[in-house]
Amino acid sequence: MASRVPCPHCGLRPKEEFTIKGAALPRPAPDAGEAAWIEYVYLRENPRGAYDEFWHHTSGCRRWLVVSRNTLTHDVYGARDVALGGETQP
Amino acid sequence: MSSYRLPSGGLVDRAASLAFTFDGKPMQGFAGDTLASALLANGQRLVGRSFKYHRPRGVLTAGAAEPNALVTIGTGGRTEPNTRATMQELYAGLEATSQNRWPSLAFDVGAVNGLLSPFLGAGFYYKTFMWPAGLWEKLYEPFIRKAAGLGRATYEADPDSYEKCWAHCDLLVVGAGVTGLAAALTAARSGARVIVADEHARAGGDLLSTTATLDGLAGPAYADAMLRELASHPEVQVLPRATVFGWYDGGVFGAVERVQKHVAAPDPRRPVERLWRIAARRAVLATGAEERPLVFGGNDIPGVMTAGAMRTYLNRHAVAPGRRAAVFTTNDSGYALAGDLERAGVEVAAVIDSRPDALAFPGLRARVIREAVVSDAHGGREIQAVDVWADGKRERIAVDSLAMAGGFNPVIALACQRGAKPRWSDAHGAFLAPDVDGLSLAGAAAGVTGLAACFESGVRQASAALSDLGFRPTPLATPVVEGDVVPAPAPPLWMIPGVKGKAFVDYQNDVHRADLDLAVREGYGHVELAKRYTTNGMATDQGKLSNVNAIGLLAKARGVSPGEVGTTTFRPFYTPVSFGALTGAHHGKHFQPVRKSPLHDWAARRGAVFVETGLWYRSSWFPRDGETTWRQSVDREVLNVRANVGLCDVSMLGKIEVCGPDAAEFLNRVYCNGFAKLPVGKARYGLMLREDGFIYDDGTTSRLAEDRYFMTTTTAYAAGVMTHLEFCAQALWPELDVRLASVTDQWAQMAVAGPKVREVLQRVVDEDLSNAAFPYLAARDVSLFGGRLRGRLFRISFSGELAYELAVPADYGESVADALMQAGEPFGIQPYGVEALGVLRIEKGHVTHNEINGTVVPADLGFARMVADKPDFVGKRMLSREALVAPGRPQLVGLVPLDPAASFRTGSHVLSKGAAATLENDQGYVTSTAFSPHVGSTIGLALVKNGASRHGEEVLVWNGLRNEMTTARLTSPVFVDPANEKLHA
Amino acid sequence: MRYSALSLLLNGLTGNRNWAPAWREPEPKSHYDVVIVGGGGHGLATAYYLAKVFGVRNVAVLEKGYLGSGNIGRNTTIIRSNYLLPGNNPFYELSMKLWEGLEQDFNFNAMVSQRGVLNLYHSDAQQDAYTRRGNAMRLHGVDAELLDREAVRAKLPFLDFDNARFPIQGGLLQRRGGTVRHDAVAWGYARGADSHGVDVIQHCEVTGIRREGGRAVGVETTRGFIGCNKLALAAAGHSSQVAAMAGLKLPLESHVLQAFVSEGLKPFIDCVVTFGAGHFYVSQSDKGGLVFGGDIDGYNSYAQRGNLATVEHVAEAGKAMIPALSRVRVLRSWGGVMDMSMDGSPIIDRVHLDNLYLNSGWCYGGFKATPASGYCFAHLIARDEPHETAREMRLDRFARGYLIDEKGQGAQPNLH
Repeated sequence: MASRVPCPHCGLRPKEEFTIKGAALPRPAPDAGEAAWIEYVYLRENPRGAYDEFWHHTSGCRRWLVVSRNTLTHDVYGARDVALGGETQP
Repeated sequence: MSSYRLPSGGLVDRAASLAFTFDGKPMQGFAGDTLASALLANGQRLVGRSFKYHRPRGVLTAGAAEPNALVTIGTGGRTEPNTRATMQELYAGLEATSQNRWPSLAFDVGAVNGLLSPFLGAGFYYKTFMWPAGLWEKLYEPFIRKAAGLGRATYEADPDSYEKCWAHCDLLVVGAGVTGLAAALTAARSGARVIVADEHARAGGDLLSTTATLDGLAGPAYADAMLRELASHPEVQVLPRATVFGWYDGGVFGAVERVQKHVAAPDPRRPVERLWRIAARRAVLATGAEERPLVFGGNDIPGVMTAGAMRTYLNRHAVAPGRRAAVFTTNDSGYALAGDLERAGVEVAAVIDSRPDALAFPGLRARVIREAVVSDAHGGREIQAVDVWADGKRERIAVDSLAMAGGFNPVIALACQRGAKPRWSDAHGAFLAPDVDGLSLAGAAAGVTGLAACFESGVRQASAALSDLGFRPTPLATPVVEGDVVPAPAPPLWMIPGVKGKAFVDYQNDVHRADLDLAVREGYGHVELAKRYTTNGMATDQGKLSNVNAIGLLAKARGVSPGEVGTTTFRPFYTPVSFGALTGAHHGKHFQPVRKSPLHDWAARRGAVFVETGLWYRSSWFPRDGETTWRQSVDREVLNVRANVGLCDVSMLGKIEVCGPDAAEFLNRVYCNGFAKLPVGKARYGLMLREDGFIYDDGTTSRLAEDRYFMTTTTAYAAGVMTHLEFCAQALWPELDVRLASVTDQWAQMAVAGPKVREVLQRVVDEDLSNAAFPYLAARDVSLFGGRLRGRLFRISFSGELAYELAVPADYGESVADALMQAGEPFGIQPYGVEALGVLRIEKGHVTHNEINGTVVPADLGFARMVADKPDFVGKRMLSREALVAPGRPQLVGLVPLDPAASFRTGSHVLSKGAAATLENDQGYVTSTAFSPHVGSTIGLALVKNGASRHGEEVLVWNGLRNEMTTARLTSPVFVDPANEKLHA
Repeated sequence: MRYSALSLLLNGLTGNRNWAPAWREPEPKSHYDVVIVGGGGHGLATAYYLAKVFGVRNVAVLEKGYLGSGNIGRNTTIIRSNYLLPGNNPFYELSMKLWEGLEQDFNFNAMVSQRGVLNLYHSDAQQDAYTRRGNAMRLHGVDAELLDREAVRAKLPFLDFDNARFPIQGGLLQRRGGTVRHDAVAWGYARGADSHGVDVIQHCEVTGIRREGGRAVGVETTRGFIGCNKLALAAAGHSSQVAAMAGLKLPLESHVLQAFVSEGLKPFIDCVVTFGAGHFYVSQSDKGGLVFGGDIDGYNSYAQRGNLATVEHVAEAGKAMIPALSRVRVLRSWGGVMDMSMDGSPIIDRVHLDNLYLNSGWCYGGFKATPASGYCFAHLIARDEPHETAREMRLDRFARGYLIDEKGQGAQPNLH
């Protein structure tokens, strides 16, 4: 987490503008096995360290970002648009 | 003798005399005084009582760490308890009151606790008050709670205003003493954007108390010159009275500026405090050092203070501590004070130096006692004598004031708030903080001593930071400093031998040396456990004065080094911050923004009663003359919709445009029911699931064109659904070509419902509205008023009546609503509010988030057949899990009382008839209730185990909270027109 | 050494020099019947009940920091049993009953103060939800009262009734709810467990779990290998890391929750109150500080500290509820690592290894659960059968769909 998040579209913006969803996991294929789906919906690595997380720039460009950061130090390594890419460092 | 104002000198304006009161007693001070210096100038050395033993206490420091001189200032809604007199600027009319004493400061009954102190040691309360069990809350706790606490807060609302702002800079300099000013000026000259924040009213720090000169200028004059130059740089902002209280992630610092805390009557157009969130690329911490008290018996008697504080009062405020002082020192800094005291005409009875090899201080007349300690101070409400131990002998020396110079603790709090651990330095005799994450420490905060070295340190750290940022700093030349006493680091003195009285470590919380010993003895020797067990460091100064002494004493008791003991965790706030400052303008009616429908004023004109619904104000009902209860109005509105026609504002429903070639496929994936084949010009009810299979939201979505849909969501979930759809579009299926736009605010939307609605609408809508031309679930762009306006018309019904929803551009909402009311007059049209809307939908068995409670699946609400057999939709895979298809799930039912005169409430539980009222027998609960004029009784919807197959069963509706038990029958949830004939009429 | 008024008197007369240590500082043995990972409230309570109630005394509690250094020492001290769902309600009521006799039971005054917990409501929908909840409580014999606006005003006249954005309509009151001195709970359980022979081992971090043939045979620690017959995990916010050592991935995220205390004040508020129109709850400690908190920051974190935006949100809600807080100053803020589960409810279960037991997922409600958590976990460990009040707190409920979702928010931990 940071007090400010580097949005690839809007620049460094305060945390208050964002909504956080959780781990940036890929959605399994619709026909993937039940175990894969349960893992996707419920199970989390919950790492102590580097972590990719979905953040939504709700009060900004309204794009979903993958924010890469450290859960122990709160350092933000960067963020990219989930669909468009464009890695941005703080 | 007491303290008094010197006839000349100091940085006070003797022409500006300020009248104030202390405990009602009128006093005089000068502009430039703090409340503490003014109290001392008036001879008021007793200023407070301690927390536990109610010991008399005086001013101990001249700054933010003050543990004793806490007073309540102000009256009414401006009452401020626990205000540090040392930080409060004096102003004319200031009213200060002492705290934690009864009946008076001088004669405090609570002082009897001091006599009981052998039984009130650290943690005594954990060992008693347990018998008899019931007495804790009834007797012991109320007594303790009354005795505890410091000042008394007001219950009145605050009349003043607050604000918040963001600021951005290249370099933040915290502290505007010689170090900070040198750092700031270095940065300013290199063209950087600089913010300098200092907690005091006047910038300058120790330059304001020193007798040294810099380049021939007195300290204050030198500080002023630096400030003048800073002011000439447009990219520099100097914030006096601004405390940086916290360092947060991403280089954001929180600071609070006391804009108008130094005036009796704040200007109402300006805030009294302002919260700054400062985003700094780099920061230099020039926060100075806190002088350590020495832990001897009676070190809390009024008249004892730190040497630095005594020097500040003497030199800056021209207040002498007494006529005959002693200085107890472990390092050279005490000598600077002793010299100043003598120059000011105060007799220095002795300098007691703990070192064997102290240097002779030139010009000092006072007797210097080397390798000696003060073991005890004596006196009641004022110090009268000290016991000095030297050469194994005790000597009593009469004094009226005593300074303690126990060495210095660099102020490293901010640097350590984000996880950095301070390390003990034997060389400095102090804990130092590492430079981390773009923050560096300079000057006394980094263990540097002496004005010149601090100046250099500030320049150096600022230059390094600026170079990192790509600036080219030009280092400032260090001024020639004369007359500065530069204390060489000296070993700390933790354990003073021969102590008899209570030797305080944490003054405010009355933690004394023996308490720490006890903590170690009982297993609480870890620094964090000792803190929690003894409360050392938990006072309003958060251990600024006490922590390091406690660590030293714990180290002694445990036989380890202070570094091994370590510090407790540094956390915000550096000094306490008011709720007001943290809140800014967001309180009262402005706590949250207000959303108003485009039809708000229209409804208001028609007398609507409004209700808060999320951020919205919605019209609840429209009372008419003669109606005395809300039920009368609502019943009338409901009956009128069923008999004639009504108009309800539904603009606050979420509205989302879904466009693009893949819009159909997209909707087909976000709804669990089919949307791919929805024809253009048609609306469909949709159920949206979460990925875990439970229902998220519902609403109707209409296909306006091949590639354009208009979705409605519930009011409460409008924002959430939009965010969810964006997630689906961007993160899950970026390959779909689809665009989303929230248009909630662009449309005024009206539900027009009732058997006569067609005649009314046809007078406004140009297109043919006959059942054949505009059938049930038709949804189209329409022309209004002979082509003067375009709108969207949806033949959908929440009430179960023949009904439409008409959407028009928001700005036209009021006129269209008026036109409809006019057109409907011959047909008896009436506006209806959300209460009537609720009754109508319950009668029809339509669900809302009362039923969609986050734990139901489509089948629970009778929507099993809606779930489409398609390859993918959000929630599909989890929907087939064991528990989601198991028998015994709650299912939607209707509920009617057997006795039509009886009623029940939402939130009541349902029990099988005759079953005991236990949780095991709980069958479900009532999700919605209303009085139904149509049925002629209260009706309800409920989620009941296997409810769908239990229609006809008599049950008990159980409301133990209100002791209301009603016998009722489970029914179909549809009370009105189960064949849906009205919808299709 | 038994604590009493008399012991206080006698020790006071002898200069307080004869107090015995509250617990031993034992060296770890090479093997225990039960090793509990985590010396916080839940781990210590588990050890206490294992030894005292279930007769399992050859037990070690391993704590990587100092005793009670986790969330037991940094919560807002509230106890209550006002739960809605049958999977939770009887469990938390068991906890409340254990609180009610705790101090006499473990001979330590933890200042259990049943001063009442009042949840305000501001809308009809909230009133309905609290009616449902209050009735669920009543069905299980838990005390609950629904107060109307005037009853709330009579109790707390200084709340904002006149200028509020979301006017207070009433509240759900549980009089038996209240506060407990949090650190004292850890100390009381530690001292109690120690007196029954449990080894409470501080500064002993578990670095690995040794497995042999589907069983956990012991733990690698910073103080060497410690063998065990049964291994019990009670690592709260660090559960995911400890479980990973056993090859287990949990339905948990670790989040930061901040809490706050104000400067000490004379008695200001005499019960626990939660705001219904924003995230804020407050009570006053016996020492005089207002202890309060709000919502989690919302992002995964192990840093034990949060950010300013949340601080501001909490303060805003506080002043919206009690306008007079404006000039009260906040002294300190801190953060704890919360083991937020996917349905907002805890897990007490035996998991994929034969002798591995898991206690986690307490979200930000773990403190009030401490006694029942310890009791039920001890029951499970000792008897290999769940306690009747913790039957639904299974790990496989997520896969099977038997969720205990009080808020109905679904599988997104930062919304619980």
